Formats: sequence, C-alpha cells, structure tokens
Amino acid sequence: MTVSDTRPPEAPDRPATPAAASRPGWQGAVRRWLRSTSTGSSTVSVLMTGVLLVVLFGAGSVRYENFGYPQVALNLLVDNAYLIVLAVGMTFVILTGGIDLSSGAVVALGTVMAASLLQAGWPAPLVIAAVLATGSLLGWLMGLAIHGLQLQPFIVTLAGMFLARGICFAISGPSIPIQDDLFTAVAINVVELPGGTFLSYGAVLALVVVALAAYVLHRTRFGRTVYAIGGSESSAALMGLAVGRTKVGVYVISGFCSALGGLLFSVYILSGWSLHGIGLELDAIAAVVIGGTLLVGGRGLVVGSLLGVLVLGTIKALIDFDGGLNSWWTKITIGVLLLVFVVLQRLTSRRAGTAS
Amino acid sequence: MTDTPAAARPRPATGLLDRARRSPVLWAVAALGVLLLFNAVANPGFFSLRIQDGHLFGNLVNVVKNVAPVLLIAVGMTLVIATRGIDLSVGAVLAISGSVAFTIVEGAADPSSGATAALAIGVAVAAGLVLGAWNGFLVSVVGIQPIIATLVLMTAGRGIAMLVTDGNIVTAENPVFDWLGGGFLLGLPVQVVITALVLLAVGVFTRRTALGVLIEAVGVNPAAARLAGVRARSITFTVYVFVALVAAVAGLMVTANVSAADANRAGLFIELDAILAVVIGGTSLAGGRYSLTGTVVGALILQTLTTTVLTMGLPDEYIRLFKAVVIIMVFLLQAPRVRAALRRRRRPGAAAPAGTAGSPATPGPVPPEPVRPPVPVPGTVPGRSAEQGVLR
Amino acid sequence: MSPAPATEVPAGPPAASPASEPVVAMTGITIQFPGVKALDDVSLRLFPGEVHALMGENGAGKSTLIKALTGVYPYDAGTVTLAGVEQRFTSPADAQAAGISTVYQEVNLCPNLTVTENIVLGREPRRRGSIDKRASRERARRVLAELHLDIDPRSVLGSHPIAVQQLVAIARAVDTDARVLVLDEPTSSLDAGEVAELFRVVRSLRERGVAILFVSHFLEQVYEISDRMTVLRNGRLVGEHRTADLPRTELVRAMIGRELATLEDLERAAPRPVEDGAVPRLSASGLGRRGAVEPADVAVHAGRVVGLAGLLGSGRTELTRLLFGADRATAGRVEVDGRPVRLRSPRSAIAQGIAFLSEDRKGEGVVGDLTVRDNVLLALQARRGWLRPIPRKAGDEMVARYIRALDVRPADPGALLRNLSGGNQQKVLLARWLLTEPRLLLLDEPTRGIDIGAKAQIQELVARLASEGMSVVFVSAELEEVLRICDSVVVLRDRHVVADLDASDTSLDGVVDLIARGDTRD
Repeated sequence: MTVSDTRPPEAPDRPATPAAASRPGWQGAVRRWLRSTSTGSSTVSVLMTGVLLVVLFGAGSVRYENFGYPQVALNLLVDNAYLIVLAVGMTFVILTGGIDLSSGAVVALGTVMAASLLQAGWPAPLVIAAVLATGSLLGWLMGLAIHGLQLQPFIVTLAGMFLARGICFAISGPSIPIQDDLFTAVAINVVELPGGTFLSYGAVLALVVVALAAYVLHRTRFGRTVYAIGGSESSAALMGLAVGRTKVGVYVISGFCSALGGLLFSVYILSGWSLHGIGLELDAIAAVVIGGTLLVGGRGLVVGSLLGVLVLGTIKALIDFDGGLNSWWTKITIGVLLLVFVVLQRLTSRRAGTAS
Repeated sequence: MTDTPAAARPRPATGLLDRARRSPVLWAVAALGVLLLFNAVANPGFFSLRIQDGHLFGNLVNVVKNVAPVLLIAVGMTLVIATRGIDLSVGAVLAISGSVAFTIVEGAADPSSGATAALAIGVAVAAGLVLGAWNGFLVSVVGIQPIIATLVLMTAGRGIAMLVTDGNIVTAENPVFDWLGGGFLLGLPVQVVITALVLLAVGVFTRRTALGVLIEAVGVNPAAARLAGVRARSITFTVYVFVALVAAVAGLMVTANVSAADANRAGLFIELDAILAVVIGGTSLAGGRYSLTGTVVGALILQTLTTTVLTMGLPDEYIRLFKAVVIIMVFLLQAPRVRAALRRRRRPGAAAPAGTAGSPATPGPVPPEPVRPPVPVPGTVPGRSAEQGVLR
Repeated sequence: MSPAPATEVPAGPPAASPASEPVVAMTGITIQFPGVKALDDVSLRLFPGEVHALMGENGAGKSTLIKALTGVYPYDAGTVTLAGVEQRFTSPADAQAAGISTVYQEVNLCPNLTVTENIVLGREPRRRGSIDKRASRERARRVLAELHLDIDPRSVLGSHPIAVQQLVAIARAVDTDARVLVLDEPTSSLDAGEVAELFRVVRSLRERGVAILFVSHFLEQVYEISDRMTVLRNGRLVGEHRTADLPRTELVRAMIGRELATLEDLERAAPRPVEDGAVPRLSASGLGRRGAVEPADVAVHAGRVVGLAGLLGSGRTELTRLLFGADRATAGRVEVDGRPVRLRSPRSAIAQGIAFLSEDRKGEGVVGDLTVRDNVLLALQARRGWLRPIPRKAGDEMVARYIRALDVRPADPGALLRNLSGGNQQKVLLARWLLTEPRLLLLDEPTRGIDIGAKAQIQELVARLASEGMSVVFVSAELEEVLRICDSVVVLRDRHVVADLDASDTSLDGVVDLIARGDTRD
C-alpha cells in the first residue's frame, strides 16, 4: 500500500523522488523524460506511430526506387496539409471525449464559399475571413447544442454535417473553378528548402497549426482543461474549471480548423465543389486514433495526429508507387491499421485497468 | 442520501395523456403529421393512390418503397443502439452484399437462372452474417467501443467491396433481382412487403418473447444484467449479426433497384440515415429503452422529407438542407432541457404530489401477510413534521 | 422517543481554539425539493481549527447540507456567512474561490493527469501567459511536503490507489489556501492504515487553523478525530455537541431516534444446529483469487446464516464474488451438496441455485430505466431464456406478491426503478433473487446506505428465509448486525480468513479484536 510510505516530519525537505526516476543509465533517463512529459503513456503510443511511419517509409524506400527521396517525404506534408489541419481540430474534440462528424462537410463548405465569393468579386482576404468565421460559427452553434442542451456530439455534429452540405448545395451544385491571384499564387509558389527540396505554403501553415495547437494544449489553462474534461467531466466541473466554455471552445476550434482545411483544400485543388471531402472526417478520426489518442478522451498528443496523417499519406503513396495495387487497398490497409491500433489500445488499457 | 432526491423526483406519469406527452415518439409523430399536412396543402396530389394492374401506385407508395432499405437497417440499428452500441459499418456491409451478389450473377454460366440468383443471395447474406459476426466479436469479446470497432469495417468495407467488383460497377440482369427491384407482392412493392415482414418479425420476437426486455437491461446496465444471469455477451453479439444481416438484405434491394452494384456509392451514408431514424424515433444513443414504432416514424419522416422536396420540384440539393433543419428541430424538442423548460411553462409551479413515496400508492387490499408492519421510513417519508416536532 | 437533549446544548467553540467567531455559519437553511423538505431550518457552525463531524443516517440531509454550503444546490431560505460576510455561492468554483474546498467520497480528480496537474489545475502558475510547468511542479512538491506525503508529483494520478488520490485531493485543497475543508465520507473505501494516514493529514491541517467538516458513517473514526459534531435527522437539526460530551449511545439515539427500539426488538434467532455429518449446501476449499483474496475455506449448511466480517478490502466482498462466479477464482474447489461444480460465470452459479446481491447497488444491481416489474422478473427471465417469456399474468401476480411481501413503496410495478429510494430499490433486487427460488443467497452489504426501516425489514427477512431452510451468506461492515443475524461468523483480515466462529459464543469485542489485531497469521 502506497500510503504506508508515511514519513517522519523531518523528511519533507528531501525531495520526493521516485525510485524509477533516480535509476541510473539511459533507461532511467527515458523513464524520467516520459514522466516529465506528463502524458507518459500517450508519448509511448505516439512513439509507436512514429516507428510505424519510419518502418513504412523505409520499406517503401527499399522496395521502390525514387521513394527514398526527401522530397517524397515532404510531399506527404504538401499533399495532406488540409488533413493535418483537420486532424488537429479533431484532436481537440476527441480529447474532450467528443467527436465531430461535420468536419468533412465544413471543408466542402469552405471550398464552395471561397470559390463562389471569389467569383462574386470579393477580395481574397475578406473571403478567407468569411470562410473562417463561418466555420467557427458553425462549430460554436454545435458546441452550444452539445453543452447547453446536453445532446450527444455524434448526433449534433451529424446534423451539422447535413447542414453544411446542404448549404454547399444551396450555394452551388456544380464545381466552381478558382482563378483568384492570391489563391493561385499560394498554390503555385513554394518555400524553398536546402537540397533542392520544397514545401508548399499550405504545408508550412499546417505545421504552424500543429505547433500552435500543441502550445495551446500543453501551456494554457484552456488546453489543460481539455484534458481534464476528457479524464472526468464531472470532476473538472467540481474542480471549478470552465467546463462549458472549454467544451464549446473545442467545437469552435474544430469548426475553425475545418474551415481552414477547406481553404487549404481549395488552394490545393483550385476549385469549390459541394462534393469535396466526402468521408474526410473519417480520415481525420482514423489519423487521430492511429496517432495514439484515445477515443474516450483525456489522452493523446496533437503530434500523434500529425504522425497519423503522415502514416495514412505514406500508405497512399506506397500504393500509388506500386502501380500494381489498386486504390481500394488503401482503404483496406487503413482499416487494418485502425484495427491493430484499436486492439493495442484496448489491450494496454486493460492491463492498466488491472494494475490499478 | 440518495433517498431524498430520488423521492423528490416526480413519479413516472401513469395517465395515458401524461405518458404520451413525455414520450419522445410523440414529437416524431407530430413532425410527421406536420410534414404530411404541409404536403396535403401544398401538393394535393400527394395523397392520391391509384391501382394499376392490381398494383398500388402513388407518392405515398413511393415513400414507403424508398424507405424500405433504410428502415430495414434502422430496425436492426434500433436493437444495436438499445444495447448501448452503434454500427457505422452497415453502409459498407450493404455495398459488399450487393457487390458479392452481382459479381456472382455476372460471372455465372447462366446469369438469368433462378439457381444463380439463389446462390448470389445466399452468398451475399452469408457475407453479411460473417461481417456482423466480426463486428460482434470486436465489441462483445474483445471489448472495443462499438463506434471504433465498426469504424474499422466502415473504412475497410468499401475497399473490400471494390476488391470484389475489381473497382467496376457491376451490372447484371436476372429476373429474380428484377422482381426484387420492381416487383409487386399482394399489390405492394416487394421491398415494402419484405421490410414489413422483418419489422413484424422483430416486433414479435422482441416484444412477445423476453428478448426485448433483456436487450434493454443490457443497454441500461450491462454489469447488473450480467450479474442477473443475462447472457449479455451473446445478446450484444447477436444484435450486431442481425443488423449486418438486414444490411445485407438491404444491399440486395438497393442493387436490384438499379440493376447495378456500385461498390463506391451504394448505401453511402445510409448508416447515418438509419441512426438518425432511430434517434428521431426517440431511442436514446445512450442505450436502454427502444421503440420500433418510433424508428418507423423516424424513417418515414426522413423519406417523406425527401419525397416532399422532389415533388415540389425543388432540386434535390435541398434535401440535405431540409433534413438538417427538421432534424435540428426534432432534437431541440427532444432535448431534456428544452422539454423540461416546456413542461415548466405549461404547468407553472406545479410540483409532484407530496409524499408519493411514503403514502400507500395503491389503495388495494391489505396485504394478508406482510413481512412486518410498515415502519416509518426516515428520509423517504417527507412531510412528517408533526412527529419531528416532538424532537425539537 | 427520547432524543438527545439537543437544543439546550450550547456547544461552544472547541477548547483548542481561542477563536470565538465561526468561520462558517449556516443559519436556518431550508431546501425544498418537489414534495420534500430536504432541509428544514438547519444551522451549522464551523470554527477555525476544529474537526467538526456531520452526523446522521442516510437521508438525514448531510449531503444536501454540504451541497448547499458548496454552491451545488441553491437553498430556499437561510443564510451562509463566511468569516462574518454573507455569501451565496452559485457553483463549486465560487465556493472554492472563497476558500471552501470539498473532497468527495469518489475522488473528483482527473485520473489521466499527473498529480501536479491535479493539484494546480485551474490555478497554474503562469509566466508570460503560458503555464510554467517547472513552477507548477515545485508548488505541488511543496504542498505534498507540507503534508508529509511522499507522492511523486510527476506520476499519473490514476496509477495510485484511491487512498492516495484522496490525499492528493486534500493537497489540492491545501494549495487553494482553503479555510474550510469538507470531507464527504472520505474513509469509506480506505483500509485502517490509509485512514490513519488521512487522519494524520487532517490533524496537521487542524493545527494550521483550517476548519474541517467531516462526514463519516464510522462512529469510531468520528470519535477519534472530531472535536464537535452536528447531528441531523430527517432534514432537521437534532443538536450540536462537543464530541467528548456525547456518549456513543446518545449519539446513535440522536441519529436514529426511536427507530433504535425497532432494531433492539429484533430477537436474535435461536441458533440453528448443524446435524452431524450433514453435507453442507455449499462448501469451498482453498477458494481464492490472486490479488483479491487468499485461498479460504467456507461451508454453508442448509438453513444457516454465515456472516463474513472484516474491514473494507479484507477480502469479504471478493470472496463472496468468487462464490457467485462474478469474478473467476484462480484457486480452489467448490462443492454444492457434495458435488463439485465450476463457477465460471454468474450464470453457472445461478444454475446451482445461488443468488447474489452486490454491494454496488447502483452499478451492479439496479437497472434504473426499466420498471420495477421488469427488474423483479429479470433474473428469473434470464434463467428461463428469452424464448420462454414469463406469461404476463403470472408475471404480474408474482411481482404484486413480492411488492406486497417486501413492502416496496410505491407499490407500483410500472414505476421506473431509478425513481425509488435506496431501501426500496434494495427490496426490489431482493425480490428479483427470491423469485429464482435460490438455495443459497449471497448478500453483500444488503443494508448499507438504506434507511433504518428497510434495514430492519431486510434483517428480519433474512432470518425468516433461513428458518425456511435457505442458506445465506451475509456480508456487512456492521458487526452488531452480523452478530445479530448470523449463526456463524467468518472473520477476514488482509485478504485472509483469520477465524470461523460460532456466533452464539462470540462477543462483539471478540470479533473487533480479531479484525483489528496485528499479525496472528504468521
């Protein structure tokens, strides 16, 4: 029993160092570091995802020539920038134990709004602001319904998904091309990196979003409240944390990220169409789960979601490179990966459950 | 301490009217009524039925026919949701079933024979059973959250369907499938008859046997159900197998409707429609008590909405928008807080009658042999202030 | 009908503290729930540097009073002053900000976060707008050291046992500079050593002038730690006393009033003899489960009530669960009527005629959203299988009979079980099992947390069932109860069976001694 480590009163000035932390050698150091991240077990699952990514990429480099180039790796970021941003928003929501099914539809709404407003002659900055505001507003409304009316996130965001797609169709059924100077400039120009490699502006923005999200989650009270709610919502409320504001906040963030993802997608594809991004929310959820975040909330890292997206991207790239494999293998592989990760999570949580 | 709030809560209504007012199904029925009323006014031809060659035709028949696959799946989904579960993979199962069936028909030596159709249907249904068993295994044996467990098959399922069809849209002609797609039985479309039969069978099976109450017990409190000796695990397993089975049948219907199996688009989002139908019908996603009637009404609302939009000559793009609006309205009305607020307004200041917990509720005959005479129960007997006054 | 001389006891501030001004004064608090006055004109005074026990039976209004104090429930009448200033808290956060912290029975912290985070959450030290992790950790370390707790601030809270989590919750309260600390049944899931540790921390807080409101069911603990106490009954104030001035019997009388008489009325049944050579209805030999309970022997004969006594965590619940197959045994054999059986699951136990009432009524018994009728019929129906439904009319009759026999209120088979009081829920669950006509009834804490009337009814029911030939295993934390209704008592300590006694020649003190004694098994 741990309580028996009662100390005599003279003990307190000695720092309470655990045995594990004082262990010498690299194992002790690793363990110390893992503990100090305050997300120990999440870090382990993120490391697992990282190893998987390296293995997948390594296998690709061995198997296919031209795969092992740095630019191929960077292209994973370039081609999946919008999905990264989406997964970041989804991570916030899932960390609180919620889910956002509307994000794919909001991406479509973003592309349609951007394309039609640009067509109508609005200046690009105003269009961007309008899209981001719409996404945030939709997220805010869904958050209010979830927290204020105590409806289930699954259902509320499902309605949000129908609403967003409906608005898309109402704005424009057919696809609208984007010819705006700013949008095409962002699409064409790249950030040159050493070694003749490059990143698109979208990819850079996605990385900035990941960094920002990591900062918010770990260094602000809002972020810690997100984790607290995922751990135990009632406790968080009794501890006096701003549960309501935070819960609404994560849906606003997710709506914002989806809208931003929509903008990145419209830059990537230079069109707005109401059927863009069908099922994208599932890709985002899959990326988050593969990235080691628990769907019940409270545990996970935004970096994991980034790695999760890259794993999905690598699988797609591998199948593209092969040429002999058909595109449906992508879906099957992602399904299998999801299964492996979910079963692993289940086994580890079961072990943790019996330990405590 | 749990005693006081428990006694304080209003007792469940016993009056029929009261019970109906509390029932979430009522709101769904009202919504359906409003929809139909709107149609009656805006589109007088909506309700006209005619009989041609002994078959029934008309908008209402279309509604009922088109709702068949969704409703079929929604019936299975109701049971899954009642056990606290959810199945996101039914759309994928539907696609696999259709793809398997039509691939068999197309590749058969005699595509138009009844034997081919029987084989195709048999294999498709078997595939559904296997996929359902897989989901059931993940949920009830491995213990994975239903939403993730079925997400696996939802993601991989369409890939599997495309694997079956080699990525093509498979078309085939077979009289049995033609009959399934456009045939009539007893004057009604075959699909309507099948769905009605399944509905009836499920209703009888769950409500005339004890299955329904056992499913609900598992949904409300799985741990208690297990300790009471309920086979919680096999019940959970079975409902996933059942929903996949009906999804497979729905897959045959959808494929027969267009005489083509499209692995990519067949039954896309049907899982969401089915879940919506269940929830609009008043069954909570949190599990427990379920209402098949509610599910039927929910599915009819969704389909009537679609038909309404189409008969009004609006582009079908608006369907989703209207769906979203109606769903939001129904949910708002069902939201516990909103309903509580409405109730408060309807009966200002009304509180549950005092002392219901302690006073004899049924003035029936005196129990012939009580274990012991009733003892005053502190905490559960409110309003005994006279007796307490002595103590002060 | 003679309650403790309540009103004329003007229990002043504790001798230890010279302060004469209460830090918290609740006066005339009244809370009206629909149909019930949960609190009626209740007052409570808390002085700095005292441990004040809030006493009362279940339903007396203790939790409601605490919730009124901490801003969870609004009150309809009365005032709350904090250090002389009137307050009206609208949320726990409000109360916390004013210096009132609460530690609940089921720890209300976040198990997924570290100890540090749980201590500083919501008040993290910040530097230039962002959380300063190093400073957070230092602060947590300082608070833990102040309380002489050796807990790694970087460890994840969920990796610790409940007792440690509770201490962390107190550390959090200390970190908020709480002037008032409310401990709502903090000891109910702790073992003796853990309670001692908790009390050490509580005493050190008392010395620092913190006012501590302590709620517990355990009289020993209350007398050990508290300076004064306030007694509630039925939502009303019975009295305010110095602990030292109030003998236990008086306290019990004040808490349960005249109902005490009904408990004393219960004649202890004449011991039912075991015939020589009779085959026990159930006998377990070497039955155990790794990490839960060490291999133990238990035998229950027909018509006998066997009590399992011990503290929480002694293995009494764990052993009972093994007898029902609720948990799977890792060692030992079980025989029913001399035939070896394997109890792999509740179903296999039920098939042997065993029934089990779990101590976790809410989590493992009550199916709240189903009706009383469905709940009563559940086990019987589960045994029959879904294909053989109980005919409606037969079911109605059975349910009506048991509602009458067990005096379930309201006597409405259509009421949802979650709307019934704890005692009535327990009766419904008993009915559920009696309907299966078990030959062995396992009752784990059947009378805990229910009102005294229902308690007496259940005790008498057990005696009656035994006299009709049923075998009963009766687990209870209340030794008086165990000794009163059991024929023999199996005493457990630290997951071991330490004694198997005949109840007729065993005294309460003897059992207490066995439970409390240090180490006799070596």
